[in-house]
Formats: sequence, C-alpha cells, structure tokens
Amino acid sequence: MTAAVQPAAAADPARRVRWGWLFWAAVGVVALAVFAALTVRWIAPYEPSAQNLVDSGQGPSGQHWLGTDQLGRDIFSRLLAGARTGLIGPLVVAIGAGFIGTALGLWTGYAGGAVDSVVMRTIDLMYAVPPLLVAIVVVGLFGGGYWLAVGVLIVLSAPGDVRIVRAAVMAQRELPYVAAVRTVGVGPLRIAVRHVLPNVTPTVVANVLLQFVVGLIALSGLAFLGLGVEAGSPDWGLMVAENRGILDLNPWAVIGPAVCISLLAIAVTVIGDRVYEVLSQRTAAR
Amino acid sequence: MTLAAYALRRIAAILVILVVLSLLVFGLLALMPGDPALTLLGPKASTPEALAAVRERFGLNDPFLTQYARWVGNAVRGDFGESIYSGDPVTTLIADRVGVTAWLAVYALVLTVLVAVPLGLAAGTRPGSRTDRAATAVSLITLSAPTFAVGFLLIYVFAVTLDWFPSFGAGDGFFDTLWHMTLPAVTLAAGQTAVLLRQTRAATMDVAERDFVTFARARAISPGRIRQRYVLRNASLPVLTSAGLLLAYGLTGAVLVENVFALQGLGTLLVRSVAQLDLPVVQGLAMFTALLVLLTNLVVDLLYFALDPRLRRAAVVS
Repeated sequence: MTAAVQPAAAADPARRVRWGWLFWAAVGVVALAVFAALTVRWIAPYEPSAQNLVDSGQGPSGQHWLGTDQLGRDIFSRLLAGARTGLIGPLVVAIGAGFIGTALGLWTGYAGGAVDSVVMRTIDLMYAVPPLLVAIVVVGLFGGGYWLAVGVLIVLSAPGDVRIVRAAVMAQRELPYVAAVRTVGVGPLRIAVRHVLPNVTPTVVANVLLQFVVGLIALSGLAFLGLGVEAGSPDWGLMVAENRGILDLNPWAVIGPAVCISLLAIAVTVIGDRVYEVLSQRTAAR
Repeated sequence: MTLAAYALRRIAAILVILVVLSLLVFGLLALMPGDPALTLLGPKASTPEALAAVRERFGLNDPFLTQYARWVGNAVRGDFGESIYSGDPVTTLIADRVGVTAWLAVYALVLTVLVAVPLGLAAGTRPGSRTDRAATAVSLITLSAPTFAVGFLLIYVFAVTLDWFPSFGAGDGFFDTLWHMTLPAVTLAAGQTAVLLRQTRAATMDVAERDFVTFARARAISPGRIRQRYVLRNASLPVLTSAGLLLAYGLTGAVLVENVFALQGLGTLLVRSVAQLDLPVVQGLAMFTALLVLLTNLVVDLLYFALDPRLRRAAVVS
C-alpha cells in the first residue's frame, strides 16, 4: 500500500480525492439553505407571516416571485424562512440519534454479553412499529410541539444507528490490531473509543447524514399532517398542507415547498454517499 | 431444528413482543395529560354524573393491572371498545376502511415489483452501464423525496394540468377504483421501488461475481438463462428480506398518501382519531398495525426457510 510508504499522502496531488461535480452541487444546495435560514430576516422581500388579503392566492408576478397563499403571504419569503425548521430539527435528530447510536453501538458491539442481548431485544421491539406512526400517535395525543416531535424521532431513529455501528464494531473487534493493543494492556473502554471508533468513523458519519434525511422527511411529514410545528409558522411540510386547496390558483404555493424538501433531502443523501465512499477509502488506505 | 420448532420459537417471540406492546398501548391512556375519564368522555358535556358513569363503565377505579387484564381479555376477542366520537365499535371502523388501504398497498406492491426487480437485475448485471446509472439516479430521487411531495407533484401534472386521472376519492367497481387508485399507488410505489431496486441491484451484483456464474458462462449458457436460473434465484433471498422493510415503508407511506388523495383508509382514520383524541380507535389501530408487521416478518422468515434448501438441510443435520 502506497500510503504506508508515503506518509505525506494528503500532500500528493495525484492522490487527492476527486469529489465530483454532483457532490459540489449538493454542497451548494445545502449552503443555499443554510444561507437562507441565517439571513431570511434581511433578504426576504416580505415579512414571511405578513398577511395581505387583497393579493391572496395569486400566481407568480413581479411583486411576488412565486405568488401568494390564501392569506396573501409571500410564498418566496416563506420558503426562505422555512429553511430554518427544515434544517434545525433534522440536524438535532441526526446528531442526537447518532450520539446515542454510536455510544450504544460501541458498547454492545465491543462488550457483547447481557447488555448486548437486552439492548438488541429492545431494539427488535421498536422495529415492530414504523417510527413515523409512533411519532404521529405520541405527538398527536400528547399535544406536544416541535421539540417533542424531534425528541420522539431521536429515540425512534437511534435503534437503526445502534444496529449499524454495532455491526461495524463487531467486524473490527476480530481484527489483529485489537488483539495487539489488548496484549499491551489497554483497557476495553480505551480500545473501544481510541482504536475501534476511528475505524468505524465512515459508517458513523454516513449514518448521521442519512439520519438527517430521515429526520427531514419525518418532520416534514408530521408537519404536513398538522403535527409538530405550530399552525401558521413558515414550514415547508405545513405549507404543502395549508396550500393544497389553491393548487390550481397558485401551484407554486404547493410545488415550491415540496421541491425545497426534496432538493435538500436529495442533496444531503448525495453528500452522505460520497463522504462514506471517500472516508472508507482513506481508512482502508491507512 | 426443524421448521416447526423454528416457527414455534418465532411465534413465542412474537407473543412476548405483543404483550409488551399492548402494555405500552394500553398505558397511553394513563400517560395522556388530564383525567382519563375526561379523555374517554370526549366531546360530551362533562357533568359529574357523566364522569362517574364513564369511570364505572371503563372500570377506571380499579388498579392498573386489573384494567389492563380486562382490556386484553376483550382485545383478544376482537373487542377494542367503541369510538368516543361515533360510538361505532373500533373493529367495525377498521373493517370498513381496511379495504381501501389494502387496495392501495397491493396495487403499489405490484407496481413496485414489476418495475424494481427487472430494473434492479439489469442494473446489477452491468454495473456502471447507462441503465445502471439511470436506475441509481432515479432511486436516489424517489428515496429522498417525501411521499407527500411526490404525491402533489403527480397531482399537479397528471390531475390538474393533463387531467388524465382523478386527484381524490377511491371510486366504485374494479376499473373505476383502478383508475382512481393509479396516482396514489404510483406515489406509494415510488419510494418502495427505490428500496427494492437498491436491494435487487446489490444482491445481483453480489451473486454475479460468484464462481458458479463464471462457470455457467464458461459452459456457454445464454446470458438470459444465467440471469433467470442462476442469478435471480440466488438473489431472491436477500431481496425477500427487504419485504419487511417494504411493509413498514408502505404503512407509513399509506398514511401520507391517503391524506394527499383524500382516501378513506386506515391512515386517514389514524390521523383523524389522533387529532380527536379518540383513544380506543388509536389503540385498536396500533395493535392491528403491530400484528400486521410482526406476522409479515414471520411469513418472510418462514419463506426464507422454505426457499433455501441449504437452511433446510442444516436444520435436518443439527
């Protein structure tokens, strides 16, 4: 393997990773969403919640680029503002589930035994019911808001992470380097965190990005059903539901948010796939 | 372990899961904010007499486990109580609506299998080809785009602009239903197809590299025959595993699809009863869904056993 001979592999231009145009396009989409979420206060042509009943349900025009909804609110401004709930909730879900999943996955995968059985049986149980259905019931019955929805999704997404990380850890556990550090007298916790974890990082990172997409689809689905986000707030999923009645008057009021959710989800999936490929090549080359 | 022993062990595991789930589902009533009697009284005027009557009827003064035992006793006999709103038995409500959801699910599954298996097979036998790249790109989009977004895009193009299909309702009679259900089924199938296509492609690529395929090619067996007799047969096992995944995906998707197309199925029933805090209906639906998922997974596991002669032989030896 060349990397062993050339420690300065990263500096070698021939070995530099080609990310590809699709990856950069996807990064562009995410950057655009982040930019919109951060600057909506200054760049939005209208206040996202400002009603104007005279101009309600209009198609695109010079004044309203993507038209207005039934209450005369500017669709373009609301799409920009929608980037906030579109990013924050899924991000918290992804990081929360990723953290729990990685910790439990490392523990169960490396330690095995009774802990492993208990955790895995609990997870089997959670697999018996589709997550979004549980979220619909819990968020709907307990009348919780956005953050309850986020919390429920973290708990429901973590099992998938545990399974994947656990499988990756179990594959690493049998490798000679683990036996080697164990011979030197390194403790199990230190082996798991310092030696095994870096080697399963590609899996963990790709998984966090995947969970972002799952979180985005779930949260916007809940919002579409009127759960989670507050009525009237600019959220892409909720906008689709609110404007479904004026699909013939101003299709952009429905298609716009639907396309925003889809584009963001597709972009993050593309980034996740590519990051996984590149990172696993690097770990393999070490 | 024989097939019967294996099946028995799986059924025992399912029963354990059902017991735990039923505790959770029944516990929803106790966990919900506010007085359970008020919840069960629903929209009716809450006079002290009415509350006392509800407490009496549902036995809310008894200890939790007594209440639970009574609920399970009835549930096993198919009695989940009555809807707080309409007063109809929960079982009747579910039976009335299961048809629409089943239509949608089966139609979508047929579309999914018809598209995903041949395409996944073609993509997997020639990785990197134009078909493969097209299939991968399309599955990336349909897997990431939310079901309801796809639904409204289809409505806009095929119902509003082109006016080829209706945008809501379930229709009467076979052909009318088929026509009404086409857009919903395509919407639901879009996501499912991506899942199944990825599985089929991966399984095919895995099998296509095996020695017996190379050997078959060396014996000058035609590519079509190799694909059918060697690759498809071996690839069918991992593909079958994704059936459980497909069902979970389909159930979740059905809730959203039924909402988009205003279909009176189980999904819309769930969303409506959750919004109305109609607890008996929610509990009934939750148990019904869980049972459906668990039974499907059981059938898939048993099919696995039946399809793969190696598993059977291993079972006889050990």
